[in-house]
Order: sequence, then C-alpha cells, then structure tokens
Amino acid sequence: MGAVILLPGVLRADAGDEARLSVAAPGTVRDVLAEIADRWPRLAKRLRDEQGGLRRYVNLYVDGEECRRMSGLETPVPDGAEIQIIPSVAGG
Amino acid sequence: MTRLLAIGTEKGLFLATHDGGGWDVQPLQFNVKSVYAVAIDTRGGTPRILVGASSAHWGPSVAISSDLGKTWEEPDDPAITFPDDTGAAVENVWQLTPGPADRPEVVYAGTQPSALFRSDDGGRSFSLVRGLWDHPHRTTWEPGGGGQAIHTILPDPRDDARMVVAMSTGGVYRTTDGGTNWAPGNAGIKAVHVPDPFPEYGQCVHKVARDGADPDRFYAQVHHGVYRSDDGAASWESIAEPLPGDFGFPIVAHPSRPGTIWNFPMIADMDRYPADHRCRVYRSRDAGSSWEALENGLPATPFYPSVLRDAMCVDGGDPAGVYFGAKSGEVFASLDEGDSWETVAAHLPAVLCVRAAVI
Repeated sequence: MGAVILLPGVLRADAGDEARLSVAAPGTVRDVLAEIADRWPRLAKRLRDEQGGLRRYVNLYVDGEECRRMSGLETPVPDGAEIQIIPSVAGG
Repeated sequence: MTRLLAIGTEKGLFLATHDGGGWDVQPLQFNVKSVYAVAIDTRGGTPRILVGASSAHWGPSVAISSDLGKTWEEPDDPAITFPDDTGAAVENVWQLTPGPADRPEVVYAGTQPSALFRSDDGGRSFSLVRGLWDHPHRTTWEPGGGGQAIHTILPDPRDDARMVVAMSTGGVYRTTDGGTNWAPGNAGIKAVHVPDPFPEYGQCVHKVARDGADPDRFYAQVHHGVYRSDDGAASWESIAEPLPGDFGFPIVAHPSRPGTIWNFPMIADMDRYPADHRCRVYRSRDAGSSWEALENGLPATPFYPSVLRDAMCVDGGDPAGVYFGAKSGEVFASLDEGDSWETVAAHLPAVLCVRAAVI
C-alpha cells in the first residue's frame, strides 16, 4: 500500500495540480519528505529548508496528529496513513 | 522613453510604467509574498526583472521575468541554498544586484542570515561566497531590527574582483580579490548601541550607495549618522550636520552625476518618524556638504510612516528619476531629480523596496 498526502489548494500547482499524492510507507516523515523532494522538488522546497527542516509555519499531520507533537521528522508513517499538510495561522 | 518601476511590498509585487503620460500600475503579483528584493537588469538586450519573494509559510524563492512581468520563471530547485556543512538555511533574500556590465550572467544576492551569494547563470542558481561566510567576525554579527542580512551589494564597475557589502549590524566589508578575503570598512562610523563608539566592525549600517561618477566615493545612512567615504569605503566622515535628523534608512546616489545623493531623514531611533513629521526628501549636490529639502508635490499634511532602506531608488535616466515608497503603502516619483513629485500609487501594502529603470 503506502500513505496518502492531502495537499492544500495553494500547493497543488507545485505537485502537478494533484490534491492527493501517494507515497511509500511504512517509513517516517523524513522518508516522506525525501520522496517528495525526489518526485516533486518544487513542492519540497515549500515544505522544508535546505537543511531538511520542516518550515516553521508548515504543519504536517500524520493520521490527525501534528508531527512536532510526536517525534518530528522521525514520526512513524504507517502503511495506510493519511498525511495532511496544513498551513498554520500566521501573517497579517 | 519608458520608465519601469518595480514596487516590492510586504504582500506582493507591483509593476508600474510611465510612457510620458501618467503612471500605469499593474495588478498585484506574488500574492501574499514579502518582496524584499527586486532587480531590473538592463545589461542584456531584453530587460529582466529578478524578484526575491518570501512566503511566511512556504519560504523564500527567486523568480525571473524576461517579458516585463507577464510570465515568471522559477526553478524547481531553490535558486539560493546554503551548503549542508554550514547548517544554515536561507530565511529571506534581501538583495539582488546585477554584476558588471560586461558580465551579464553574473548576479549577486544578499541573504538573511548574512551571506553573499553569486550566480553565473543570470540568477537561476547561486553559490555561497565562502570568504565572507567563513570570516572570523561573522559569528559576532548581530541582527538589527529587520534581521541579520546582507542588504547592500556594490560591485565595482571597474573591477569584478572588488566589492563592498553592508549589513545591520556588522557594518561595511570590502573585498579586492573576488570575495576570498574581506576587510571591515567602518573607520569613522559611530556605533550608538555598543559601549565602544568606534569599533572596528559591528556598526548598524542601514544602506550604502556608490557615487555615480567616482567609484571610490560612497555614502552611508547609518543608525544615527550619515557619512561619506572618499577612499573606497575604508574610512568615513560625517555629512549629517546640515540635515534635520541623522537617523533614517535609505540613501541613493545619482547614476552618473558626481556628488548628487538623496535620503529621507528621520528624527531618531526612539522617535522613528520623518523629521518634523513632514514628507520630505533631502538632496545634496555637493557630496553631502549641503542639503536641500524637496517636498513639491509630496503630502503637505503631517506624515508619520518610515521609508525603509531599499524603498528609495533612482533610475538611469537623465534627468534621473527618483522614487520612494512608505510603509503606509504610498509610492512617489520625481522625474526631475526631486524638484517635483507625483504619487504613483497609494493604499498598497507596506513598501519594502523599489527599483526603477529606463527601458
């Protein structure tokens, strides 16, 4: 199987206008971001900086739990997981 | 003659053109991105616009247009990145500066955190200038109010190996060997935020401009101070005394006429309003020995917004066009070197930068 990423509308143009992306699983959030970088590099640079860190106002939920509240980039992504990427509340 | 004005704001880019009638301001681009850096590169046959735009959510990016903003090119991979071993990540692009006239492929970028990058492919990809990043002073540079960034890049028009950069705080640095070695160039610039008033480096330099006719002459607007250097940015003397305030952010120089400069004086760092609460640009035609207030056509009512360091510029025309934008979202232009002014736009987001060219 694998995992499914649900993208917000503002990022879909950076992933071939897709709202849902299928990625390999099981693995970790770091593995998922690495696969994104390989397959959708323009999307990857929106999500993480060049050192691999998740951008401050990007929230990434694995089955409903924000990854920073679990193990960050090492958060497990089980087979069949749903990953939601949601911009946090920021700006003015 | 067409004048092109690029206006970078806290929430997007606006392009405006002037063909001899009024100003035509085009719709917003780079939706909700902070545009700290714009360059209009006229070195090739077709003008190119380079934009450093940053999303609070999705990070910084560099985009290039070769059709005056109708379409934009942005590489899939980030144009500017720190090498892995630095452990650093680009927070923002503060400056994009075309290189020498005879090297149209060379573009420089200044970033937050303070670093200088060089592109040899017209701005599509950049490499870190290691000499400045590895400078022993770097770890002691401190962020100013806007962040710790290289905000001024001044390549020498005579020699690609020579360059002056500046940052807040950190001050002025110079290289004469293409960026391998850098020397601080702050002698005479007063620092008001540290116990030693004249340190070797660490001054809060807000902006530096190079004289349009004498490449060894520079002007600096500092956090309390306006200075001129006649020795290639090695040492400085005050030219602030005739001004109504020595605080401020921008300073720009005429593209070709010697000794002609403009700034926007403010009262003080703890009283950050335009001098006398009036919207006035100051011009010197004698390299800062004397200044005159310019306000014909500018708002006559009390005026309180700041004009940020990159929110004033000149174009390459003769007479030169002079432009500035305020944090209140108003943009003003003078096509007669400051003698008279008109409003280009109002009610924009806070203006971060302006750049203009005759195309």
